[in-house]
Amino acid sequence: MNILVLLKRVPDTAAKIKVAADGMAIDPAGVEFVINPYDEIAIEQAIQLKEAGGGKITVLCLGPKAATKDIRTALAMGADEGILLVDDTAGRDAVATADALAAAAGDVEFDLVLAGWKSVDTDDGSVTHFLAAKLGIPCVTLITKLELGDGQVAAHREVEGVTEVVEVKLPAMLTVQKGLVEPRYTSLKGIMMAKRKKIDERAAEAGEPKIRIRTMTPPPPRPEGRIVGEGADAVPALMQALSDEQKLL
Amino acid sequence: MKKFQGADFCGFDTLLSEEEVMVRDSIREWVDAEVIPVVDKHFQEDTFHMPWKDQLAEIGVLGAGLTGHGGGGMSSVCTGLIYQELERGDSGIRSFASVINGLVIYPINEYGSEEQKEKWLPRLVNGEAIGCYGLTEPDFGSNPGGMLTRAEKTADGWVLNGTKRWITNGSISDIAVVFAKTKEGIRAFLVETDREGFTAPLIKEKWSLRASVTSEIIMEDCVVPEGSLMPGSDLGLKTALSCLNQARYGIAWGAIGSMMACYDEGLNYVMARTQFKGKPLAGHQLVQKKLSNILTEITKAQFMTLQVGRLKDQGLANYAHISMIKRNNCYWALRIARMVRDMLGASGITHEYQAGRHMLNFESVKTYEGAHDIHHLILGDYITGIPAYE
Repeated sequence: MNILVLLKRVPDTAAKIKVAADGMAIDPAGVEFVINPYDEIAIEQAIQLKEAGGGKITVLCLGPKAATKDIRTALAMGADEGILLVDDTAGRDAVATADALAAAAGDVEFDLVLAGWKSVDTDDGSVTHFLAAKLGIPCVTLITKLELGDGQVAAHREVEGVTEVVEVKLPAMLTVQKGLVEPRYTSLKGIMMAKRKKIDERAAEAGEPKIRIRTMTPPPPRPEGRIVGEGADAVPALMQALSDEQKLL
Repeated sequence: MKKFQGADFCGFDTLLSEEEVMVRDSIREWVDAEVIPVVDKHFQEDTFHMPWKDQLAEIGVLGAGLTGHGGGGMSSVCTGLIYQELERGDSGIRSFASVINGLVIYPINEYGSEEQKEKWLPRLVNGEAIGCYGLTEPDFGSNPGGMLTRAEKTADGWVLNGTKRWITNGSISDIAVVFAKTKEGIRAFLVETDREGFTAPLIKEKWSLRASVTSEIIMEDCVVPEGSLMPGSDLGLKTALSCLNQARYGIAWGAIGSMMACYDEGLNYVMARTQFKGKPLAGHQLVQKKLSNILTEITKAQFMTLQVGRLKDQGLANYAHISMIKRNNCYWALRIARMVRDMLGASGITHEYQAGRHMLNFESVKTYEGAHDIHHLILGDYITGIPAYE
């Protein structure tokens, strides 16, 4: 089975985010970038499917040139080929991104598209939906388990209070949630092998933006903590602060 | 705990290839997840964490530099970066890996028979077998040529007698590369540790390298077949020293990892801890002097060590280059661990912080694989042409 995996390069979740001088984007200086953790789960799932039943895994990414490193990491984990749609526009909107991804996906043979259910930088979570619509394939979101059948797949979704199992015909888009599989460490041998794998770089054919970022501001600084007292004697004052002032109790 | 941040003051990373960065980052991530959470417990309990063996094989650290026989075929710079990251965790795990790679896999591949290579290299690479290296003796450390271990020729093999000491991995090894004097000169033997007459008791109650196994090797009329002799070994110390060059090179990188671990810990602490009207410790002149010295020394060590690695990959690094980086980097790793211990104040004496562990480890790392002073003499000999060892 051939699998297309979507990958996004995002700031490390541990990074301290600062807004750039123009107030429209984050300042990338000193920020470490990584593969979107949910996409990493999608890559791992694709590799496990390939290990079980063969096929080819293509990683598709829209992002800056530096994202070759992240694609190379996916190749080192076990993916076969990468496509980088080079795009230096920070905050490219979801529809335009999906346009570019759909154009590139047209050149790839796939039975399944896997991706994280959202990227942890923008928390938007809609590129996959737009892309599925453009490709004319069904989209199942937030899956935590996957069972491959003949020409179809059953996907488990944790929804409010229950586990829903849905069936969908291939080709389909599945967006993955934490808990599906645990991403592996890249092995040194994988890194050596990834050197010889192909990354196809081309300019992104992103459509006109439909959304424009007007401003980006950091959240207000947290108010300083207050020590209400020490030891057991402080408990009444603490209870009062939590119930009357903070309305938490 | 805050995620570890390596030091890169002068664009060191711009000198690395994408692949080299990936190698470093993948080992860094593994150390964060698999070494940092458990290493202090093993250090306190004086034990080696055995699951590391299979994990190191799985991620490809064992045999990383070996070409063929399942090895990774990686460059010297890549293997150096691997050791840097391992020793950022602990000198014990770096020692485990560099002994197997530099002192067991390397000599078998260079000096072993085809049979020895085919039998042992794949098993060492995939973690099925552990190896150790027996050169040093109780009374012959810096002067290995004086060794007392003897190998006597018999009709169909050899009889080994002697004692080796300070042998990393000794008690957990399946095979040992052992040096012994024959009538003709010093030769290397590849000895299975389950041979009769071969024992490897553990050296307990160490101050240092507590998360690593250190042993004695005792050979009493240990009979080995002719096939145990490593046919490529010379009659002098060249074979032994060529292995040490591999290990010393790895140690030089490892020391940078330890420096970075301590610097990262110390910097985070002094930025957060306040004294005297809420001023961070980092705002005090004497603390800044320490930080500036530490970052300067890390930066110097990085560039010098990378350059030796590049030379090594071109076949141009000699023993004196490696001697210089081993001595310098270990010396500064120990000094930096001590400085950071100071910066941590009273907290620095607890196991909540790592600087104390690195400090104790580097008392060993500075001493083994050519003691600090011996490396001065090696370089002195190289500069002047006048050996001053005796």
